[in-house]
Amino acid sequence: MLGEGILKGLGETARNFAGSFVSAERLTTVQYPEERVAPIEATRDFPFLVYDGTDWEAGLRCVACQICEKECPPKCIYIVKSTDKKPDALGKPQIYPARFDIDISVCMSCQICVEVCPFEAIKMDTEFELSTTDRFGGLLYDKRELSKSNEHFHAIHPTEAAEVDARLAEEKAKADAKAKAAAAAAAAKAAAGPAPANPAAAVKAAEGDKKE
Amino acid sequence: MSSSATDISLVSAKQPGWNRPPVIEPDGEGELLEVAMGPHHPSTHGVFRMDVALDGERVIRLKPVFGYLHRNHEKLAEGMTYLGSMPFTDRLDYMCPLTNNWAYALAVEKLTGQEVPERAQYLRAILGELTRVVNHASAIGFLIQEMGASGTPLMYAFKEREKILDLFEAITGARMMVNYMRFGGCRVDATPAWLAAVRTVLDGLPRFADEFENLLCGNEILMARTQGVGILRPELAVNAGVTGPMLRASGVNYDIRKVDKYGIYDRFKFRVPLGEHWDVYDRFMIRLLEMRESFGIIDQALKEIPGGPVMDAKAKLRGFRPKAGEAYGRIEAPKGELGFYLISDGGPNPYRYRIRPPSLINLTVLEDMCLGSNVADVVLIFGSVDIVLGEVDR
Repeated sequence: MLGEGILKGLGETARNFAGSFVSAERLTTVQYPEERVAPIEATRDFPFLVYDGTDWEAGLRCVACQICEKECPPKCIYIVKSTDKKPDALGKPQIYPARFDIDISVCMSCQICVEVCPFEAIKMDTEFELSTTDRFGGLLYDKRELSKSNEHFHAIHPTEAAEVDARLAEEKAKADAKAKAAAAAAAAKAAAGPAPANPAAAVKAAEGDKKE
Repeated sequence: MSSSATDISLVSAKQPGWNRPPVIEPDGEGELLEVAMGPHHPSTHGVFRMDVALDGERVIRLKPVFGYLHRNHEKLAEGMTYLGSMPFTDRLDYMCPLTNNWAYALAVEKLTGQEVPERAQYLRAILGELTRVVNHASAIGFLIQEMGASGTPLMYAFKEREKILDLFEAITGARMMVNYMRFGGCRVDATPAWLAAVRTVLDGLPRFADEFENLLCGNEILMARTQGVGILRPELAVNAGVTGPMLRASGVNYDIRKVDKYGIYDRFKFRVPLGEHWDVYDRFMIRLLEMRESFGIIDQALKEIPGGPVMDAKAKLRGFRPKAGEAYGRIEAPKGELGFYLISDGGPNPYRYRIRPPSLINLTVLEDMCLGSNVADVVLIFGSVDIVLGEVDR
């Protein structure tokens, strides 16, 4: 019969239309600003710099090695190395980034900077409501705007953050053991063992040790 | 046209005009109308122009014009590390980034002789076939949209696409710009929860395909519009280098998954659907059938997926310098044969980086399919080629 196929198709749309009143599964649209879907854990958009503790400037994990700057495919990272050294999270004097800028209007969220970073210093954020009226300055983020706490990292990517903390704690334990051995060898200089630069990292390290 | 005896000697034993478009003569009444369809025509899937000469409603000439979306991808890649080009491959055919990643990773792995762990191979197959489902569902949706059924079938397809994109996001971190595969494996491992989620989505897919078929297949308007329209003869398709569902709809049995057996495709059982009438309806139907075969492949892969690492321990991320040489890696992307041709001179970046894009090469036969048909069918025939302009222009 001519028109049978059309009627069959219309039956399908009618079933979906009527079904949307009884089954929430068929209602797929979310009215965005009012309703929001929970973000998926692995979601990434733009990078941020992780700092330990409470002081963003002292706690930055970045040591300005410039690997991410070299590997970044669209070259949106700009780093200036410091001329002096400051103690890092492990208490070792390190070079720090005097300037660390990311132009997120150029960044393409590929995550290669995160993969190549040997210090777990740069991670991907999930903040996506970044629109601004200033399209040049407003999208060029400096060190201050990029720095976010480790707690923030835990809040957005709990699984990954826990793995990272465990790895860092392991490294720290190794460094501590090494320092202890060195201290034992030079018994006269027992006080030379590195004191943790900030208490939060030390607490976390201790937690990591407990787990292992 | 004059046909003297000398002309006949020039014509080969093959059918006249076997390698060039048929000549459609205007009827001589009135003037030809030259229409530029595009670059911002809603049916062109991006920025693409067709310069059409019309005699009334009939197409006399059609010239595709592309290059509006050229982004210099190949030249950029020559100045970039091998890894650095990986995120840019997502942006070629942005409907199916994972197969682009796969083709590029395959080419580099061939260049270096890099091994890929079993689990990574299975993950690639699962993600590749999910990509095929996404692509074919949306291709059909867009095709019907171009026929005038604005919205409904496309939204049905997108509803399913959304579920699969959520799976992509859960494993890769992004819905479309995934940057997931690496030379020697995949970036992150799938959790058991993710595999379970794939199983849940997969269980719903046959129902979606049934629904889609009920909605569309027997529809008289669709059949009237598509059957016998835009015929692509198999000999022309082969000569033009057309691949993918386009070629199979012309009845040529050529699927790189069967021919090359790249990855682990020799382990899966699946059939290759072929067209009989070589028209737009066949191209539509082939995509529906291929989707169903993909469900079977994902099902087998989910059952067999082994444990273990997803990255080869010897694989290098930074300081990657392949030995001098060349390699061509190709896969059956949802749109056809997607190949990457790489020449290495031993440096950190490729000496030459060339892509064989299925979209561009499938598009070259557009004039042959459109000549003599109505202008309204041009939109339809163009839609049945299934292109993404990001890949055509690169």
